[in-house]
Amino acid sequence: MPELSPLEIEALRLSLRVGAWSVIASLPLGLAAAFLLARGRFPGKLLFDGLIHLPLVLPPVVVGFALLVLFGRHGPVGGFLYDRFGVSFAFNWKGAALASAVMGFPLMVRAMRLSLELVDRRLEQAARTLGAGRLRVFLTITLPLMAPGILTGIILAFARSISEFGATITFVSNIPGETRTLPLALYALTQVPGGDAAAWRLAALSVALAMAALVVSELTARRLGRRLQGLA
Amino acid sequence: MIEVDVEKRLGGFALSVRFTAPAAGIIALFGRSGAGKTSIVNMLAGLLRPDRGRIAIDGETLFSSVDRIDLPPERRRLGYVFQEGRLFPHYSVRGNLTYGAGRRDPAVDFDAVVAMLGLGALLERRPSDLSGGEKQRVAIGRALLASPRLLLMDEPLASLDAPRKAEILPFIERLRAELRIPIIYVSHVMEEIVRLADTLVLLSDGTVAAVGTVEELTSRLDLRPLTGRSEAGAVIRTTVAGHDIAFGLSELAFPGGRLRVSHLALPLGTPVRVRIRARDVALATTRPTDISMRNVIAARIVEIVAERGPLVDIHLDIGRPGQPVALWARITQRAARELDLAVGGEVFALLKTVSLDRSSLGGHGSAAAAFAEDEGG
Repeated sequence: MPELSPLEIEALRLSLRVGAWSVIASLPLGLAAAFLLARGRFPGKLLFDGLIHLPLVLPPVVVGFALLVLFGRHGPVGGFLYDRFGVSFAFNWKGAALASAVMGFPLMVRAMRLSLELVDRRLEQAARTLGAGRLRVFLTITLPLMAPGILTGIILAFARSISEFGATITFVSNIPGETRTLPLALYALTQVPGGDAAAWRLAALSVALAMAALVVSELTARRLGRRLQGLA
Repeated sequence: MIEVDVEKRLGGFALSVRFTAPAAGIIALFGRSGAGKTSIVNMLAGLLRPDRGRIAIDGETLFSSVDRIDLPPERRRLGYVFQEGRLFPHYSVRGNLTYGAGRRDPAVDFDAVVAMLGLGALLERRPSDLSGGEKQRVAIGRALLASPRLLLMDEPLASLDAPRKAEILPFIERLRAELRIPIIYVSHVMEEIVRLADTLVLLSDGTVAAVGTVEELTSRLDLRPLTGRSEAGAVIRTTVAGHDIAFGLSELAFPGGRLRVSHLALPLGTPVRVRIRARDVALATTRPTDISMRNVIAARIVEIVAERGPLVDIHLDIGRPGQPVALWARITQRAARELDLAVGGEVFALLKTVSLDRSSLGGHGSAAAAFAEDEGG
């Protein structure tokens, strides 16, 4: 394999960083949302469900625009965060991570929710009769048993993040070294004459990255599955 | 003392259960499927919330709708052995066993439980690698090691085949004998009840039909539809009174006579409970001589009850004056007519030695366990 150019390395590293942070940041929220949807009973649950799934069906540009309005330096949320904590999402890699997180959130929640619904609640009851409180039951029974679903959620959200384009470019633009992830770099190359060869290389890199993520997820899920066999 | 007085509506089914029982020995909840047995145990464990009522054990209130007390399951200190084991698939056997142990000073020793339940060779295995009987033994050990004040067992043998059942029963008897932990045992199988239970709580359609000793309730006619019609019979308390090594027989004494059964590897004086089904008892008006049946017992007719179809049930007293012992015989109406049987009449009850099979024997302490080992499991 030919060596990667500095620009390609930059885009790849940025993609990985954006993907990693978007997953890490959305993991606790995703878990909470999955619990609410799988176990919760509250008015407006259907609406909540729809809201979480919205990024899956909306044009990404709409999500990007909404983020721009809400999280821009002068937006209601972005302005508050900047004034209070000095944190800004505007036109930097954190904004790219936020856009990715929002876009990958429904996939993450779906996978976790499905696995949580498969956790046998009778095992949780058994744990409680053995003297374990709710938190211990969650940490020692529920969480390990839904581990395959959590892993799938992480991989899906990560894969969604490294392929994210529309929301990112709308929200934080296409700034080399800051928000220019692999897909954005690829897009930039297609816009200039003679960029085809370089675009091909980036496309191949994207394919390799996506395949690697899928293979790792499949192997880990299988190992976990074997560990958890006999679930009945 | 176990005090239960609860009401619960489950769909179209209304459960209204009220009983008190001594918190000692094995208390059996007996009733047909759908009688509400599991719901009662779940309410005791705190997994199902009664609509109204009170549950207390040894004076501590676990639930009270009036006082707004509802202890969570983890604070009730009741061990629960579920019908389907419910072992944690992601823990080893050892991990399952120790899940509820720790923190508190263990009232039950890990090694002792492992030895008693024969789990030593299984400790590092996964639940998926265990047989049904092994799973249930681990489930029992896991419940015990959480140091419960009472053990709830919801049909722990129901999902097992006959050989596995025979494998588990002696362990349950050892629990009572060696750990002296009271057990609430749910079952719809009379054999298990006779073998294990001290106190019987009879359930029917969501209410308690009767509470009493096994001997008392199984011989009561009005409860016959609940204790089982074709299995109807009497339970007699006996003690081992002699052994006939040459012929491989043992003698069991009851007030007023003796029964001969297959050899029991038990010391003299061991209490043994014998269940004799009404259909295994024949009657004669004179003492038969040239007959193969070895158990011929003088009896007096107490009551004659028409059964379904051509049958009658004869309630006999085979005890001595002042110490009645009930026995039931089921014969045809025609036989009853032709023998001219009448209440107060003297007859001889005949039962084949072999009809006292192992499943109809229940002991106390290690009695039945010794018997099971003797018979080769």
